[in-house]
Amino acid sequence: MRSKPFLTVAHRLAILAYIVVALFPLFWLLKVSVTPNDLLYSEGVRMWPSRATFEHYTFVIAHSAFPTFFKNSLIVAGSTAVAVTILASLAGYALSRFRFRAKYWIVALMLITQMFPLVMLVAPIFKMLSPLGLTNSLTGLIIVYTAFNVPFATFLMQSFFDGIPKDLEEAAMIDGATQFVAFRQIILPLTLPGIAATLGFVFTAAWSELLFALMLISGNDAATFPVGLLTFVSKFSVDFGQMMAAGILALIPACLFFLLIQRYLVQGLTAGAVKG
Amino acid sequence: MASIDIQDIRKSFGAFSVLHGVDLTIRDGEFIVLVGPSGCGKSTLLRMIAGLEDVTSGDIRIDGKRVNDLAPKDRDIAMVFQSYALYPHMSVADNMSYSLKLRRTAKEKIASAVGGAAAKLGLDPLLERRPRALSGGQRQRVAMGRAIVRQPKAFLFDEPLSNLDARLREQMRAEIKKLHGDLHATSIYVTHDQIEAMTLADRIVAMHAGVVQQVGTPLDLYDRPANLFVAGFIGSPGMNFFEGRYLVSGDHADLRLANGVTLPVPRRAGIESGATATLGIRPEHVVLDAHGALEAKVDLIEPTGFGIIMHVSIHDVPMKIFTLDRAMLDPGPAVRVDLPQERLHLFGTQGQRVE
Repeated sequence: MRSKPFLTVAHRLAILAYIVVALFPLFWLLKVSVTPNDLLYSEGVRMWPSRATFEHYTFVIAHSAFPTFFKNSLIVAGSTAVAVTILASLAGYALSRFRFRAKYWIVALMLITQMFPLVMLVAPIFKMLSPLGLTNSLTGLIIVYTAFNVPFATFLMQSFFDGIPKDLEEAAMIDGATQFVAFRQIILPLTLPGIAATLGFVFTAAWSELLFALMLISGNDAATFPVGLLTFVSKFSVDFGQMMAAGILALIPACLFFLLIQRYLVQGLTAGAVKG
Repeated sequence: MASIDIQDIRKSFGAFSVLHGVDLTIRDGEFIVLVGPSGCGKSTLLRMIAGLEDVTSGDIRIDGKRVNDLAPKDRDIAMVFQSYALYPHMSVADNMSYSLKLRRTAKEKIASAVGGAAAKLGLDPLLERRPRALSGGQRQRVAMGRAIVRQPKAFLFDEPLSNLDARLREQMRAEIKKLHGDLHATSIYVTHDQIEAMTLADRIVAMHAGVVQQVGTPLDLYDRPANLFVAGFIGSPGMNFFEGRYLVSGDHADLRLANGVTLPVPRRAGIESGATATLGIRPEHVVLDAHGALEAKVDLIEPTGFGIIMHVSIHDVPMKIFTLDRAMLDPGPAVRVDLPQERLHLFGTQGQRVE
């Protein structure tokens, strides 16, 4: 194919424009987080403050409850991601490989759970968790997040399993493996991209979830960081500098996590995409 | 090694029946080829022997032991898949040794088994590679290697050469035959390619629509096809057929075609005068003879290099002739042919062979 310089340039410019638009809020987050309080309202709109400072960061880490929020969020998001991925792998494999009665209805029911706006479910969920003593607890959050993420993750995993030829596990079974050993030793390693994609998807979803965390958690001890960010809003003012610093810190685990799995993710997302 | 005994095997998927009662006894060390068109049930039968499909009814015995309810891993058989089904995340050596590892075979034993199989198949330099770094033929070899390291009771092949190009297929076909000569392993080989069936088999099982049509040596099927299906399926180019009415007059018999032409046919006891019948003759058995009894209009000439396939028509009934005579590259508008009586096959109303 002959290259057309104009189209190439236009293409790159379009991508650049998209990246600028997408990343600008992040940049603003960073900018505000390093702006000293006295300059925040006095310098007008500037791309970078005349004097940068890390005082918000030191305050957030040393003097606020943020480390607790951060730890809680890590526990909740990490546990949810692992629990969902295990459940979704097993369920997705069953949907992909086994023929069983009522499969159609199970799939339909799982889809139905995805149809309701979460806001509608807050009250009943609170009502259910309250007598079990699971409100204001990380376990309660993990259970709720897991329940809400499993259906979609199951469909995601199913599409990855569908992409792996059945011949492979049949060969393994003839080689002397049980179906479970074939699943563990042959199919799972080949589904790593799918597992990484599911882990990443669920981790970020749980990491940034606000609604349920806000409704089910009261008090700082069990608060996750999205809830914790609200503590920077006081009756008469919002401490933007500290809030933004906390926000930047909260981004770090998500970024690290994606850095870790991105090798699998690139294959994984495309594989999932092709299978639809 | 073992014999395999199949008794009245049936298979249905829901209301859809795929195998209608198959009986087959495979002797120890025998090379059996299941051949037939797509959807005839040959792969299903193989997968039932492997334990990958449930048996709807009937019995499968391996070495005298009923295996209907045994998991594939407990049947001690090896299978080569059309897709090769190599484990993509394992090296060639790991692929080949996987079954032995699952059986907790000692390391030294595994090494010698893999080494032996690799040497036999010329895989030595490839042992550390991953399957994706191999060519189609090499992958095929690894799949075979994976089967032979185990020394199983039987080898099952599910169209193993279908994904290879023609040249490689020919080469691998010969290798499989040679390997069977070395190992004398009971083998069941599924293919839709009648050349593979003819060249490899000790006995061919020709299947159609879930029913075994004929079991016999390759030459049995070629020389004495049991019915129209086998006659048409075995041989290339395919057998010529003429449909008509079998009429006896005095001590000789004729086949009267729909357009009124009569062809002399041998008298056969198995068919009554007046019955509809089909006459068959292989293209390579039609004799070109300047004094032949029939005139054939030449429609098309297909040189194959080795010989020539002539498409002709006898009174508007199409027929093929295979000849080695290069003069036939330019035969003129018509040729004269004979249909030698001893080469004719006669099939009755139901398509069955008539003797």
